[in-house]
Amino acid sequence: MDFAASFALVLPELVLTGTGLVLLLLAAWGGDKAARQIAIAAAAALFVAGILIVPGLHFGTDGPATLAFGGLFKVDSYALFAKALIYLSAIAALMIAPSFFASPSAGIERGMRAEYPVLVLFAAVGMSLMVSANDFMSLYLGLELNSLSAYVLAAILRRDTRSGEAGLKYFVLGALASGILLYGMSLLYGFTGGTSFAAVRAGLTGEMGTGALFGVIFVLSGLAFKISAVPFHMWTPDVYEGAPTPVTAFFATAPKVAAVALTARVVFEVFGGQVAAWQQIVMFMALASIVFGALGAIGQENLKRLLAYSSINNIGFILLGLAVANADGASAMLVYLFIYVAMSIGCFVALLMLRDEEGNLYETFTDIRGLSVTQPAIAWALLIFMFSLAGIPPLLGFYAKFVVFQATIEAGLVAFGAIAIATSVIGAFYYIKFVKVMFFDEPVGVVTGRSEASHWTLLGLTALIISPLGYLLTPSLTDLADKAAASLFLAV
Amino acid sequence: MEGLPILSLMMCVPLAGAAACLFSGAAAARWIALGATLVTFVLGIALWANYDIGGPQWQFTERRDLFEGFEYKLGIDGIALMLIMLSVFLMPICILASWESVTKRVGEYMAAFLFMEVLMIGTFAAQDLFLFYVFFEAGLIPMYLIIGVWGGDNRIYASYKFFLYTLLGSVLMLIAMFWMVAEAGTSDIPTLMEYGFPAGAQTWLWLAFFASFAVKVPMWPLHTWLPDAHVQAPTAGSVILAGVLLKLGGYGFIRFSLPMFPEASAQFAWLVFVLSMIAVVYTSLVALVQADMKKLIAYSSVAHMAIVTVGLFAFNVQGLEGAMIVMLSHGLVSGALFLCVGVIYDRLHTREIARYGGLAINMPYYALFFLLFTMASIGLPGTSGFVGEFLSLAGIYQTSSLVALISTTGIILGAAYMLYLYRRVAFGGQTNADAAAMPDISAREWIMMAPIAAAVLWMGVYPESFLAPMRKDIATLDARLAAAAPASDARLAPGTPRAEAANALGHHGGGDEGTGHEGMDHSGGSTESAKEGAH
Repeated sequence: MDFAASFALVLPELVLTGTGLVLLLLAAWGGDKAARQIAIAAAAALFVAGILIVPGLHFGTDGPATLAFGGLFKVDSYALFAKALIYLSAIAALMIAPSFFASPSAGIERGMRAEYPVLVLFAAVGMSLMVSANDFMSLYLGLELNSLSAYVLAAILRRDTRSGEAGLKYFVLGALASGILLYGMSLLYGFTGGTSFAAVRAGLTGEMGTGALFGVIFVLSGLAFKISAVPFHMWTPDVYEGAPTPVTAFFATAPKVAAVALTARVVFEVFGGQVAAWQQIVMFMALASIVFGALGAIGQENLKRLLAYSSINNIGFILLGLAVANADGASAMLVYLFIYVAMSIGCFVALLMLRDEEGNLYETFTDIRGLSVTQPAIAWALLIFMFSLAGIPPLLGFYAKFVVFQATIEAGLVAFGAIAIATSVIGAFYYIKFVKVMFFDEPVGVVTGRSEASHWTLLGLTALIISPLGYLLTPSLTDLADKAAASLFLAV
Repeated sequence: MEGLPILSLMMCVPLAGAAACLFSGAAAARWIALGATLVTFVLGIALWANYDIGGPQWQFTERRDLFEGFEYKLGIDGIALMLIMLSVFLMPICILASWESVTKRVGEYMAAFLFMEVLMIGTFAAQDLFLFYVFFEAGLIPMYLIIGVWGGDNRIYASYKFFLYTLLGSVLMLIAMFWMVAEAGTSDIPTLMEYGFPAGAQTWLWLAFFASFAVKVPMWPLHTWLPDAHVQAPTAGSVILAGVLLKLGGYGFIRFSLPMFPEASAQFAWLVFVLSMIAVVYTSLVALVQADMKKLIAYSSVAHMAIVTVGLFAFNVQGLEGAMIVMLSHGLVSGALFLCVGVIYDRLHTREIARYGGLAINMPYYALFFLLFTMASIGLPGTSGFVGEFLSLAGIYQTSSLVALISTTGIILGAAYMLYLYRRVAFGGQTNADAAAMPDISAREWIMMAPIAAAVLWMGVYPESFLAPMRKDIATLDARLAAAAPASDARLAPGTPRAEAANALGHHGGGDEGTGHEGMDHSGGSTESAKEGAH
């Protein structure tokens, strides 16, 4: 085995892991005073890792040359596309954190803990592994590395009961899901005699036995938990509400990308020969996520819970692309993921900017009444994100829905697409409620807190991407997504 | 003007104005908005002046590769030209109407209106199916804000209803568009207008498009959002809503439903007729008992738009031309009527009819304009309303006497509720002291009313100016529809075939027209249902 070639392929992960270990030592010695510097170093490491994947992303890579460590690890265009999104989201999560932890919202503990950036880094390594997994063993390693970091991140405000509750809930339910996944993997191993994706795929040809079918269903269920698709979504609102807002922003973006990318790879590369076995499951999850994500959000008063349901709703549309089961659908799914990440980061940054003079965060609809008078810039940015999430043109969120539905209809799933698009109108109700509260109601809460330049930068950038100008990005975005989807289907 | 992308320019000017308005104070924003809309109007006049009547079907075409998935492709025919002219003509008047009445967040208000103008021009000029959808649907955002931020007391309910109704209608159209593009392999509207979709599929596609356009027009029973939206919207918002946004539905029928699905249109003509007949009678009766002026005019809009749909589905040249003229006329007249309501609302802050009376005494010029627009709404000969309604009803009479009979009651009922309204507001004694003390219209209001009055009379006396650009496009559409036209019950005796098109002028003959609409010889199986609806 050529280790040099393998190490060259995993260079971004090596950079991240190495930096993570060094920063962990620095955190141990430097304490929380060094947290800001550690966060900057972690962001720099993610940036370097991002730069390292640019050539492969730009020119497109696939085939046997992308396999590392004897086929445990695969660095094709598809993995690189997901990694780019993961690293960008992780950088955003690091950028928005310091000022949050410095404010009274963070509870008694003032100041960011030095472990926060390190945990984000390790979670990013785990997610890198997930999207590059080519074997159930590496899949599970990546998933757990990410999950364990995430459990701690959710509970990072040790003295805040809501944060602790979120961490515990996430841990217990996450462990359950991991167990289900592991059980499914063991069933597949038992019935096919291998753990590598290629071996399992080879073992699943022809008529599938009940045991193997159960394996497929268990694996899908475990993964559905990670992407919080209905009916495995119950943890999402609680964790989103309880976790500190920057952590919630992180959960809504990077791990979602990783888990969706992983799910797509598993269903296409492993279960690709048994489309009939999983397509119905994914279709059901997609429709159920769209409907329950929309219905659940209607009664919510808390903005973070609302965004949790909104992310469930969006996962439904992403799964719609997956349910199409062809390269067009996969490409549409990746385009949707990119736009979803931009919208989510924008929303959470805007939420972080809604603070009173002392820095307490506003989290309910009552607090943001009449925001357009007191903070017009934030209100207009949120308006763009909300209409975009509702899929109203000319904002970029429409393009995301456009590609997904186009792929659905072109694949002949007309009735399925029509039902899905009709239910998407339910979701529009609470998005326009958001706009109504900000624009139509009389101002009550006085949002006066000043925001950092980093917040304004992220807000401006995401709003610009989501604005109609974002359509100018679509040719290159589609090009990258097409390459990524093609490399995913090369193995099929 | 060769090579100048005038349509893009017409969209860029208000867009730049909108951006400038967002960042400027109240006074500056008003002048920027007025300037931008006037420049756009001047560009519109240049567009009309350079439009080559009898030239190629699609003129001022532009195309650029900007996005993935669909193209930025613009171009207009005569029908689109007229509707664009209507939009750019009404826009400066809307800005003037809001000059003094809007004092809250003026910059954002003006920006919303200018953005609306961009979208309206884009909708009429788009030559790509999805580009059309983007412009068509994007109008929801500014209109939602205009109703919700600057509207009346019950504005939130009205804005929700407007938004969700319209959205639910149009998402189904989007699914149909995806199917069409997958089937035909192109999203180019001119190509699709000539594409023959299988008859079975047409049924579904037509219904999906109908869901969207019937809400937009609006047709009974999907009209309930309109009175709410009109009553709650500020004056200028009502003008745009009635003047242009309702026309998007009619435009949708004439641009998509009829030419792309002719067989399905014939198959469902009975449905359109039934809904339109109910709308004409029912909404006219409802209008008769309204105590709120805006609500009355809103219901009259539904009745007038029903005349449009009846004309469109008459499947002959008179019906189509009539429908187009009713649309233009209604855009002007109902817009002007909403302005008339706005003028007195600004003074007394009530729309209740009983609070006024005898305005002809203290506001003679106002009463004069109001009378003119009332008469135009009724369809008095010499005004634009007459031309359109006469042509529409003549067209439908050829197809079905019963539909024509019932639709015509709308004219009588229209005279009833409009004259009743006028009598209560302008005539009689001055029962309310505050209404009697109102000053007559100001110079600004003169500038708003006079151009519309001139246009109404022009269209009433010499409709040829407005029909000429559309003539060839309507003939083309009629030829396309001829094969599918349902059997008519007007027992026309077949005569010697005409050498040229029914609507052709002496100096340029149209050889490209079918004669199907004249004869009785087209009664296929697909037209049975149309007959049922007619009898």
